[in-house]
Amino acid sequence: MGRIQLKDVTKSFGDVQVIPPLNLTIEDGEFTVFVGPSGCGKSTLLRLIAGLEDITSGVIEINGEDATDVVPARRGLAMVFQSYALYPHMSVRKNIAFPLRMAKMGQDEIDKRVTAAAEVLNLTDYLDRRPGQLSGGQRQRVAIGRAIVREPAAFLFDEPLSNLDAALRVGMRMEISELHKKLDTTMIYVTHDQVEAMTMADKIVVLQAGNIEQVGSPLELYQRPRNTFVAGFIGSPKMNLISGAEAAKYDAATIGIRPEHIDLSETEGPWKGVVGVSEHLGSDTFFHIQCDFSDEPLTVRASGELTLEYGATVHLTPRAEYLHRFDAEGLRIE
Amino acid sequence: MATKASRSAARIMMAPAVVLLLGWMLIPLSLTVIFSFKKFLPLRGDRITDRGEGFGDFMWEYVRGFPTLDWVGFENFSRFVGSSSFWPSVWTTLVIVGGVLAITVVLGILLSLLLDQPMWGQGVVRILVIAPFFVMPTVSALVWKNMFMDPVNGLFAHLWRFFGAEPVAWLSEASMGSIVMIVSWQWLPFATLILLTAIQSLDSEQLEAAEMDGAGPLQRFGHIILPHLGRAITIVILIQTIFLLSIFAEIFVTTGGAFGTRTLTYLIFQRVLESQNVGLGSAGGVYAIILANIVAIFLMRIVGKNLDA
Ligand SMILES: Nc1ncnc2c1ncn2[C@@H]1O[C@H](COP(=O)(O)OP(=O)(O)OP(=O)(O)O)[C@@H](O)[C@H]1O
Ligand SMILES: [Mg+2]
Repeated sequence: MGRIQLKDVTKSFGDVQVIPPLNLTIEDGEFTVFVGPSGCGKSTLLRLIAGLEDITSGVIEINGEDATDVVPARRGLAMVFQSYALYPHMSVRKNIAFPLRMAKMGQDEIDKRVTAAAEVLNLTDYLDRRPGQLSGGQRQRVAIGRAIVREPAAFLFDEPLSNLDAALRVGMRMEISELHKKLDTTMIYVTHDQVEAMTMADKIVVLQAGNIEQVGSPLELYQRPRNTFVAGFIGSPKMNLISGAEAAKYDAATIGIRPEHIDLSETEGPWKGVVGVSEHLGSDTFFHIQCDFSDEPLTVRASGELTLEYGATVHLTPRAEYLHRFDAEGLRIE
Repeated sequence: MATKASRSAARIMMAPAVVLLLGWMLIPLSLTVIFSFKKFLPLRGDRITDRGEGFGDFMWEYVRGFPTLDWVGFENFSRFVGSSSFWPSVWTTLVIVGGVLAITVVLGILLSLLLDQPMWGQGVVRILVIAPFFVMPTVSALVWKNMFMDPVNGLFAHLWRFFGAEPVAWLSEASMGSIVMIVSWQWLPFATLILLTAIQSLDSEQLEAAEMDGAGPLQRFGHIILPHLGRAITIVILIQTIFLLSIFAEIFVTTGGAFGTRTLTYLIFQRVLESQNVGLGSAGGVYAIILANIVAIFLMRIVGKNLDA
């Protein structure tokens, strides 16, 4: 069981309000991802849930019970830190067993759980090493192992993969997703990498300056961003946002169109532009095309085979059914 | 210092300092060793050289092994150990060193934990805590002796009388305790300072992780903070031991070696300067060197494994 509810939660450091009143419900078993730009309050929010910071006002409920004043250890949550926070003087085995020893569990039960966790995480061969003798990915797994042996109501991850290289990150991403499927426990995962958010989440919470901009499934956010911030933040490469006269033609202050929803043609199309930099990824090619109606070049996705000369003139056709319209406040127009 | 070139460059650049330090150490050391095998009683007319008093003459005789003084073999050594004050002085030395180490390490840990807490006026408090370290040993011992421990006018005497108790003549009745206290007061800032920097280098996420893992304040101290401090404690113990084995001024200005406070260092001082027996004192010096090395080896064995972890 791990249902977490935040009701009008605020947090201030001195005079600075980092989290304005915030309401959020995380259902049992859900994989929730907090994303947002650096400094938007993701870590702070996670630490409030963990109990490592006191909330300034509001209520946090875990499984329907008020947990606002409950100490971190009693909330039944386990946290994986960005720096892993392993205990350097203890072996991997002792690290993983630490929460169980603190809970005064019997040695047999401890051994059983540590062995089981090590098997799940492929750590069996490393149990007697110190954290200093492990690679980044292995340390990450030890940190996760230390969290899972407690069988917590929910896991909290604060950018757990940001210290790993790209290849390892993809691997660990899968492992964490798989772990979630296997354990079926609530997980809250903080990241500023929107690829992680899109691939792992059941539910994404987009934050900006402590405010929730939108909550929804990855595809909901992708297909129906509630405002220009979410539209620009979710998706890679970014959605093209165009404002001014061209947007007015569609009765909107701003229009948005994703790179994959623009068709390229050498001869016809409503938008004319000049090809700038092209990024060849093999599978796809992204062209940056400067159109006369916008300052920023538009990004257009095309098949991997297509090559265009730098400086060539092309015509673009946005697919009308994928066009997003936003009003002067930046809110979506249906 | 990874490449071969940078390592040999480092060696070349360190060489002058190493040679200077070696000379600095070797000349007095070999003098002590030479004198310890000689009869050298200046008041009885023994002279280092017959030629003059200049440094050149001295160095010349040094090279020749001081032929004006008679060799006496191991007589100085056996007399120094045979004297009834030898073993008590070794014991006194160890008690003082051990007592001061225990007090400074324990109080140092507590004090550094306290100073690590955010509080008002932190900067000033930290400077105040470190202040005793800047007071010269002679001065601080005199202050303690006259202002605090004097049985008639001392602060403690007043305090005792205020509560209707008989004032204690600290330096004669509780001489060892008093000296341990004075020396601890001097060295506590050093221990606190090193331990405080060590505590500040502890990753706060580790403590938070332990907190989430269900460790209470005492368990966090025992399982996380104390192991983290292991290396700093080792350093404090090693450095303090080296300096504490040779404390002298504190004893000289307080008890003058009386009331069972004669350490090995003090005994050597008495042999050389009060009895004017340089040979006997030098033999004591050689024993002190051996003792210091035994202690150092023991400490390295016991706590040294913390250093390579
Ligand atoms: N202890 C603190 N005292 C004062 N301000 C703080 C404190 N901790 C965080 N802040 C401020 O709160 C805001 C949110 O910080 P937080 O660490 O939650 O950001 P974040 O979203 O996790 O960013 P990142 O992606 O860079 O980790 C920042 O503006 C930060 O300066
Ligand atoms: Mg953060």
